[in-house]
Amino acid sequence: MRVAAPVLASVLTLVVGSILFASLGHDPLPTLYAFFVEPLNSLNGLSEWLLKASPLILIACGLAIGFRANVWNIGAEGQFTMGAIAASGVGLFWPNPDSVLLLPLMFVAGMGAGMAWAAIPAFLRARMNTNEILVTLMMTYIATLFLSYLVHGPWRDPAGFNYPQTALLPTAALFESFDPAYRLNPSIFITVVAVLVMWLFTDRSFLGYKMSVSGAAPLAARYAGFRESAAVWIGLLAGGAAAGIAGMAEAAGPLGQLSPQISPGYGFAAIIVAFIGRLNAFGIVLGGLLMSLLFLGGEGVQMTLGLPSALTRIFQGILLFFLLAADFFIFYRVRRVRPARDTHALETA
Amino acid sequence: MDLFIAIFTGTVIAATPLIFAALGELVVEKSGVLNLGIEGMMLMGAALAFWAVTAGYPMPVAILAGALAGAAASLLFGVLALTFLTNQYAAGLALAIFGSGVSAFLGRGFGSEPIEALHGINVPVLSDLPLIGPLLFRFDPMVYLALVMFAAISWFLYRTKAGLILRTIGESPQTSHAIGYPVIRIRYMAVLFGGAMAGLAGAYLSVAYTPLWVENMTAGKGWIALALVVFATWRPLRILLGAWLFGGMTILQLQGQALGLEVPSELLSALPYLATIIVLVLISRNRQMLALHFPASLAKPFRPAG
Repeated sequence: MRVAAPVLASVLTLVVGSILFASLGHDPLPTLYAFFVEPLNSLNGLSEWLLKASPLILIACGLAIGFRANVWNIGAEGQFTMGAIAASGVGLFWPNPDSVLLLPLMFVAGMGAGMAWAAIPAFLRARMNTNEILVTLMMTYIATLFLSYLVHGPWRDPAGFNYPQTALLPTAALFESFDPAYRLNPSIFITVVAVLVMWLFTDRSFLGYKMSVSGAAPLAARYAGFRESAAVWIGLLAGGAAAGIAGMAEAAGPLGQLSPQISPGYGFAAIIVAFIGRLNAFGIVLGGLLMSLLFLGGEGVQMTLGLPSALTRIFQGILLFFLLAADFFIFYRVRRVRPARDTHALETA
Repeated sequence: MDLFIAIFTGTVIAATPLIFAALGELVVEKSGVLNLGIEGMMLMGAALAFWAVTAGYPMPVAILAGALAGAAASLLFGVLALTFLTNQYAAGLALAIFGSGVSAFLGRGFGSEPIEALHGINVPVLSDLPLIGPLLFRFDPMVYLALVMFAAISWFLYRTKAGLILRTIGESPQTSHAIGYPVIRIRYMAVLFGGAMAGLAGAYLSVAYTPLWVENMTAGKGWIALALVVFATWRPLRILLGAWLFGGMTILQLQGQALGLEVPSELLSALPYLATIIVLVLISRNRQMLALHFPASLAKPFRPAG
C-alpha cells in the first residue's frame, strides 16, 4: 500500500499536466511525450537523466535520515553551495594542481563544509532550542550571498573577461566522464554507496531505529533513554554531509567552475524526493529518477516548444500536493458519517 | 535631518509587508495550524496584483486581487492540512515551492519595467507640516492599513469571544470540539485569513515597495515573517516591534551601501538573515518565555472523533 500513494500522485500529476498543457494551447499527448519520454530517447538523454538524478538522490538520502527523526533540514541548498565552494577552493588553490590526491581532498572539503554549515543549526537546535527550519533556510540565503561575493570578488577569474565566475578547475580536480561524448561521470558511484549506507543505517542499525522512534514517538524515545539532541545532530549532519558531497560532485563534474548560479534547486527538490521515496532508501532512488526527469523534461520543452521553465517547479509542487493527499486515502478509511441530529444545536450553543 | 527622515520612513515602509504576513500567520498559528508556505502565498499575491495593475485595473482592485490570490493559495494548504490531515510542515513546504513556480509562470510576460507605485496620501494641512508631515502623514494607504490590521487583530484575539474561541482551538482542539465548536471550519477561516494577509504583503511588495516584478522577489521575506512570529512569542505588539526592527535593518543596509561603506555589499545583504538567526536564538533560549503564549496544539493534525 505504501507504494500506491506515489504512483497515484504521479498519475494525477500527469493528468493535471495535460490540462495545463492544453490550456497553454499545446496538444497534451505530444507535449507529455516531449516532456517525459523524448529526454530518455538517446544515450545522451540517459546520461543526463542519471547525472541529474545523482545529486537529488544523494541529498534526499541524507535529508531523509533527519526527516525520520522529525529534524527538518530544509537548507540543503545552502549546504550544497558551501560544499561546492569548499571543494572548488581546494581544487583551485591546492599548491600541486596535478596531485592525484586532489579529488579525494575536494571530497573531504565538500563534505566537511556541508557538515559545518549544518552543524550551526544543529548546535542552535540542540543547545539553544532554536527552530532548525528557519535557521537552515536563513543559512541558505547567506551561503548564496557568500558564493556571489566570492565569484564577484576574490575568486573571480582574472582572465575571465570580467564574468562573475572562477577559473576552470584543473583536470586533476575533475571527475573524468565515462565517455567524452557524455557528461555522466564516476561520481554516480558515490550516490550508489550513499543509498546502501542509508539503507543499512535506517533498516539495519540500532541507531537508525532509535532515530525513527524519536520521530514517530518522541515521548517513548525519551522514556527509553534515546537522547533527542543526538537525533538532531545526526539528522542535520547526515543531510549536510550528503548535500556537501553533492555540491562537490557538481563542481568537479558538470560545472567545472563556480558561478553565481550553481544549482537549479537540487537542495529544495531533494526534499520532495525524500517524501516521494517515503523516506526509504530505495524509494528515494525512484523518486530521484522521477524528479530528474521533471528537470530534464522542463528544459526539453523549454527549448523545443518554448514552454516556460517555471513549469518544472509547478510540477514539483503539484506532485508533492497529490502525494500528501493520496496518503490520506491510503492511511485512513474514509466513511460517510451522517451528522447526529443535535450537532447543530451544540454548535449554536 | 533628511537622513533621519529617510531612515524613519524607509523603516516603516520596509516593515509593512512583514507586518501583514506575520500578523496573518499569527492568527493561523493561534488556531493551532502552522503554515510554512507564506513565501509562496506572498509571491502569488505579488504576481496577481502586479498583473492587475499592468492590465489597467485601479490600484485598490489590484491589491484586493493580491489578497484573493494569497487566500486561494492558502486553500490548497488548508485542504491538505485540515481535511486530509497531512503533515503540516510538508504541506507548507509544498505550497512554498508551488507558489514560487506558479508566480514565475504567471510573471513570465510581465517584463522588467517598473509600474507607477501606489501614491502616498495627502492630508490637507497635516501632510504639509514640517517634520511631522513627512514623518507621519505622507505614507501610502497600505502602511496605515497594516497598523489598522494590527489594532484589529489585537482586539479580535484578546477582546472578542470569537478570538477567545480561536485561541481555545489552538490550545486544545479536543476540548473545543467536545464543547461543540466547529474546529475544522474555524481553522479553515484562520488559514484563509492568513493567506489573504500574505497576499496583501506580496501585493505591497510588487505594487508599492519595488514597484516591479522580479521572479522570487520576496527573497525570503515570507520566512522572515515566520521567524517574526516566533520572535514575538505569539503576541501582536511584539510582531509590530519586530517588523520595525527588521525594517530598520533593511534600511541601514541600503543606506550603508549608498554611503559606500568599505564592506562587500553581499555582507550587508546577508544582515537581515543573520539578524533573524541571532534574534531567534536569543528568544528561543528562554523556553519558559516561549511556552507562555505558544499555541499548545500547533502543527498537530486534528481529526474530530466519532
